[in-house]
Amino acid sequence: MKWNNIIKVAFKGIMKARMRSLLTTLGIIIGVAAVIVMVSIGEGAQADIEDQIRSLGSNMIIIFPGSSRSGGVHRGSGSFNRFTMEDVELLQKEATQIKALSPIVRSGGQVIGGGQNWNTSIYGVAPEYTTIREWKVVTGEFFTDKEVRSRAKVAVLGKEVAKNLFPNQNPVSENIRIRNVPFKVIGVLDEKGQNATGGSNDDLILAPSSTVLNRLSGGRHIHYIYASAVSVEKIGAAQEELASIMRKAHKIKPGEDDDFQIRNQSEITEAASESSKVMTLLLGAVAGVSLIVGGIGIMNIMLVSVTERTREIGIRLSIGARSSDILIQFLIEAIVLSLVGGLIGIFVSLAVIYVLNEFSDLRAIINPTIIFVSFLFAGAVGVFFGFYPARKAASLNPIDALRYE
Amino acid sequence: MKNVIRVNNLHKIFTMGEVKVNALRGVDLEINYGEFLAVMGSSGSGKSTLMNLLGCLDQPTDGSYFLDDVDTSKLAKNDFADIRNQKIGFVFQGFNLLPRTNALDNVELPLLYDRHNRIQNSHESALQALETVGLSDRIHHEPNQLSGGQQQRVAIARALVNNPAIILADEPTGNLDSRTSIEVFEVFQALNDSGITIILVTHERDFAKFAKRIVEMKDGVIIKDYLVKDRLFASDLKNNHSDQDDL
Ligand SMILES: Nc1ncnc2c1ncn2[C@@H]1O[C@H](COP(=O)(O)OP(=O)(O)OP(=O)(O)O)[C@@H](O)[C@H]1O
Ligand SMILES: [Mg+2]
Repeated sequence: MKWNNIIKVAFKGIMKARMRSLLTTLGIIIGVAAVIVMVSIGEGAQADIEDQIRSLGSNMIIIFPGSSRSGGVHRGSGSFNRFTMEDVELLQKEATQIKALSPIVRSGGQVIGGGQNWNTSIYGVAPEYTTIREWKVVTGEFFTDKEVRSRAKVAVLGKEVAKNLFPNQNPVSENIRIRNVPFKVIGVLDEKGQNATGGSNDDLILAPSSTVLNRLSGGRHIHYIYASAVSVEKIGAAQEELASIMRKAHKIKPGEDDDFQIRNQSEITEAASESSKVMTLLLGAVAGVSLIVGGIGIMNIMLVSVTERTREIGIRLSIGARSSDILIQFLIEAIVLSLVGGLIGIFVSLAVIYVLNEFSDLRAIINPTIIFVSFLFAGAVGVFFGFYPARKAASLNPIDALRYE
Repeated sequence: MKNVIRVNNLHKIFTMGEVKVNALRGVDLEINYGEFLAVMGSSGSGKSTLMNLLGCLDQPTDGSYFLDDVDTSKLAKNDFADIRNQKIGFVFQGFNLLPRTNALDNVELPLLYDRHNRIQNSHESALQALETVGLSDRIHHEPNQLSGGQQQRVAIARALVNNPAIILADEPTGNLDSRTSIEVFEVFQALNDSGITIILVTHERDFAKFAKRIVEMKDGVIIKDYLVKDRLFASDLKNNHSDQDDL
C-alpha cells in the first residue's frame, strides 16, 4: 500500500470517529496537563522553601564559644569569650571548605546623628559578612579589608537606623557618634525585614571588627564567628574542618570536650527540603495517578471501539488489505492522537502554570524533564492501547474479523 | 481454457469448544472462465462456508483448492490478501460497507490496497464502477443514506472496481425485494457477459435461472450439478415488471 494512502486512511479514520478521537485525546490532555502542573507546583514550593532558607544566609555556619556539655549557647556574657583575632586569622588561612568568614564583635548603645539619637546594636564584622548573610548595600558602599586593618571609624547603617537618624536625607558621608566615638557613614543596607527569630535585621550598625574591638567593646575577644561553606553539600565537611582547626588551635586532646560549638543551617535546610521533597513526591504521585487514570480512559475508549473497528478491519482485510497495512494505519492513528493530545496537554499545563503564577500565591516552576516524561508516557499509553486491539484484529481471518461481536 | 477454480474433497470443520461442526464434508467442484454459477441449498448446508473458502477469506480444514492452477494451501497470508485484492471481488449478504463513508470512498477502498498499481486512476475507476451499477447520482451518499438495493449495488461496484476475474456473491439479493433483485441480477449478467466469472448463492429457484449452471448442496456436500436449460434474462424481466406496474 502506498504511504500517502495509509496516511490518508489514518486521518480519515480519526475524522470519521470524531467523538472517539476527542475522548481519547481528552484523556491524554488531562493526564499530561495534570502531571506537569502538579510537579511544577511541587517544585515551586520547594524553591520557595529554599529561598527562605537562603535568606537566613547562604550555607551559614556559626561558631559559638563554650562547651555544648555545659548547656546551650553562651551569649557572650564576657566570662566565656575565648575567640581571638588569632583564631579568626587561623581559620581564614587554613579552612578550604569555606568561601567567607567573619568575626562578630557585639556592642550597642546610644547613637547620635543628624540631630537625632537612637539606641541600637553595633556589630564589628569583616567585609565577608555581607557575603555570608547575602546582604546588599543600597546606597554608598561597604568597608574593605584595608579599612579593617587601619581600624577606620566607618559605619554601615541598617535601613531602620538610617530612617530614624536621617529621615529626609542621604546618610552617606554624614558623621555620627556611637557612644561618643565619631564614625563616618559610608553605606546603608538594603531592607531585609524580620530575621528568623522575629527580630529586625534592619535595626543595626555594621563597623569594622577591629574598630569595634578597639573603641567600643574594649576587649580582645570575639563573640562568635560566622562562616559560609563553599556549597550546601559542603556544609558538613566545612564544619568538620573548622572544628579540627579550632581543636588544634585550642590544643584540645582527642576525647576532651570542645570549648566551642559549631552550628549550621544544614539541619534546617535538610528538614525543610526534606519536607518539600516529600510534598513534590506526593504531588507527583497524585499526578502519576491521574496520568494512569487518563491512560485507563484511553484504554477503555480504544477497547470499547474495538467491535466497530474489528468489523472495519474485517472489511479492509476482505478486500485485500494486508495485516501490515492495517497495523500501520492504526499505529499512525494512535500516534497522531497521542501526539496531538500530548501537545495540547502541554499547552494547557503551561496556561495553568501561567495563571497560577500571575494570579495566585502558588508558585509553579516548569520542569522540562517532567513535560517530556509525561508526554512520552501518555503517548506510549495511547499508542499501546490503540495498537494492541488493532494488532489482535489484524491477525484474524477476514471472516472471523467480520463476524466479531 | 484452464479451469479457474478446482476444488477437491474440501472439508471445513468449525470447532466451538467441545462441539465440532462439519460444515463441508468433501466438496468437489470445477468452475471455468466465464461461467455463471448459482449455488443453492437449504439453510446450513454449507454454501457460505464454501463461498468464503473460494474467496480466500478462510482456509479449509482439509482438501485442496487450486486457483488458476495455483495450490492455495501453499500460499502465505499476504498472498491471500493479494488474491482478494487482485483476482476476486466478494459481495457479502450483509453488504459490509464502511459506515460514515460515502459510496465513492467505499468503492475506492480496494484500490487503496492495490500494491501493484494495476489501476492508474482509482478515482476514475471507482466512478466508472458506480456507473456500471447505475449509481452515478449517489456517489456522495453514505450507506445509511442509501436503500438496501443501492447499498448492495455499492457493494457490487466495490467488488468489480479492481477488475477481478471472479466475482463471488453470497446471497446478494437476500435482503432485497424481487424487483430490486432483478436489477441486481441484471448487473451480474452484464458483468458475466463482459467475461467475468460469477459464482453466487441464492435461495430463490427463480433467481437461480439467471445463472448458466446450478449447484445444489446439502449437509456439506454437492448433491446436484446441472446446466440451466431455460435461462432467464433480467433485462427482459425488468421490462415486464415495469409493464405490470403500469397496469
Ligand atoms: N464460524 C462458525 N463457527 C461454527 N459453526 C459455523 C461457523 N460458520 C458456519 N458454521 C456452521 O456451519 C454450517 C454451515 O453454515 P453456512 O453458513 O455455510 O450455511 P449456509 O448454507 O450459508 O446457510 P444459510 O443459507 O442460512 O446462509 C452451519 O451448521 C453453521 O452453523
Ligand atoms: Mg449463508
